[in-house]
Amino acid sequence: MNAFPGQTARAEQGWLKAHRWLLLRRASQFGILALFLAGPVVGIWIVTGNLSASMTLGILPLSDPLLLAQSMLSGAWPVASGLIGALIVLVFYALVGGRVFCSWVCPVNLVSDLAAWLGRRLDIRASGRIPRDARYWLLGLILLFPLATGVIAWEYINPVSIAHRGLIFGMGWGWTLMIAVLLYDLFVVRRGWCGHLCPVGAFYGLIGIRPAVRVAAARREHCDDCMDCFAICPEPQVIKPALKGAAQGIGPLITDRQCTNCGRCIDVCAKNVFGFTLAYRRAGLGLSEPVDDGASTAARGAETATRHPVSSQPGG
Amino acid sequence: MSPRSTSPRATLNRRQFITGVMKTACGVGLFGLGLGLYSQRATSLPAWAIRPPGALPEDDFNGACIRCGLCVRDCPFDMLHLARLGDKIPTGTPYFVAREAGCEMCEDIPCVAACPTNALDHALTDISKADMGLAVLIDQENCIAFQGLRCEVCFNVCPIRGEAITLDMQHNARSGKHARFVPVVHSEHCTGCGKCEEACILDVAAIKVLPRHLAKGQLGAHYRLGWEQKHEAGGALVTPDVEHRYNLPEGMRYEHGGRGLIQEAVPGQPASPIPDNPLDVLNRKGAL
Repeated sequence: MNAFPGQTARAEQGWLKAHRWLLLRRASQFGILALFLAGPVVGIWIVTGNLSASMTLGILPLSDPLLLAQSMLSGAWPVASGLIGALIVLVFYALVGGRVFCSWVCPVNLVSDLAAWLGRRLDIRASGRIPRDARYWLLGLILLFPLATGVIAWEYINPVSIAHRGLIFGMGWGWTLMIAVLLYDLFVVRRGWCGHLCPVGAFYGLIGIRPAVRVAAARREHCDDCMDCFAICPEPQVIKPALKGAAQGIGPLITDRQCTNCGRCIDVCAKNVFGFTLAYRRAGLGLSEPVDDGASTAARGAETATRHPVSSQPGG
Repeated sequence: MSPRSTSPRATLNRRQFITGVMKTACGVGLFGLGLGLYSQRATSLPAWAIRPPGALPEDDFNGACIRCGLCVRDCPFDMLHLARLGDKIPTGTPYFVAREAGCEMCEDIPCVAACPTNALDHALTDISKADMGLAVLIDQENCIAFQGLRCEVCFNVCPIRGEAITLDMQHNARSGKHARFVPVVHSEHCTGCGKCEEACILDVAAIKVLPRHLAKGQLGAHYRLGWEQKHEAGGALVTPDVEHRYNLPEGMRYEHGGRGLIQEAVPGQPASPIPDNPLDVLNRKGAL
């Protein structure tokens, strides 16, 4: 076994190839932040607002569908730009994979990845266990608040929006939440925030019903069981069926909606087992999705998570 | 294997499932309780923080606003802020502080146009109908206009000058011979923009914008102001007052609430019983 995930891949294929998706992802995360920050910092106004709602070049409205839903549950009716913005976001993430938001856009991912990296470097094994479906409960809870109290209570503590808004409009005490996420992930539950609790991630996961972009373990027969993909993956339970399911007749496509399409499994695999596939090319690769609708996939996922909490977290 | 032998395992699984669900539910419930109690505290807006024009009533605003900051960005005068975590204002919501910079009351109301959620109500199209609060000349002890000095800065900077703030000329009782020009705010015209508070020349403003519910009193619903009732009805609704008759010398009249004692010229008589020359009085027989 490697001293750290991706050691063999780095040795055999070079540092750059073993980090290419990570680099692209960081470029995406920092690039989006830069677009938002260009206005307030250097006065080049490309995007105004923040991830809750924004306006690009004065024509493209984008808004967070989860936040807008909370606003509407409190009894407010948004204007056209808000609705159109949310619709664009919904369609986009439905196509590219809901949790692409988490790994390619969300600023808290930087904190969460830092915690995971520190954990591997310092050999700190956070041993706390909470069910990965706790996030759906929290999602339900935060939607209940505006309905019952008329206040978007979640926004008082939402680390995602507080981090992003803080970077653009001023952080205040918001950094304490970032430290809390870091320490929680590092010492209490591995990938504890993004992988178990965050209701924003849970919501975006639900959006990605049948994304056009997916990771597939297309060359799974070459897997040498080094476990690096499981060690690096923020949601390791999504890999197992696709990588090891050949005997049970499960296809090599990662269909679990919690896969964030971060591409780290592709990076760290020295055998080039994984790769991104597009929907229209899957048929050609023999990677047709199992005949299975989104609801039963979710049900199966939840069942797996509750009945076999240990087996669903091989990396934990 | 008999069907019975599988049942203990099934029971165990059901037990595990239910306890697992209960654990999660209790954890989430506790979290929700904490969040609920915190959000109650975190929802209160201090009186010195003023919402942008068109903002819904505070309770509705905290449900509708998604904390995006588009209003802040589209304000051409850059006087709106988003509350930070730890501020005494609901986190992420927009506000301004009148003393730092009041609302300039743009005619096209760009902050409202930018709002994607109607937290700033798009029904507001006439900025003079905005209701951000109400200016109150709260410290009459320190306002220099009340000392009889000419200031009138609040009156002059008011965007609805002469309507939202007027100057009331009063007698200066201190000097006994001067006037004082006291600024008076009229709640039906004041939008709460805060320019008066921003401009007040004191070290701490004597005129302040307050939330309307703090600034306004309300007359008991049963009160009827007689003169208004009379005006509406076009005449007295109770027995009309009998005009008071004054017992005055001929040629004199008294106007109550008006000019006071009036001396009317009577033909063939001197204009006044009191001669023009005071010596005549003194020289009169029997005087002194």
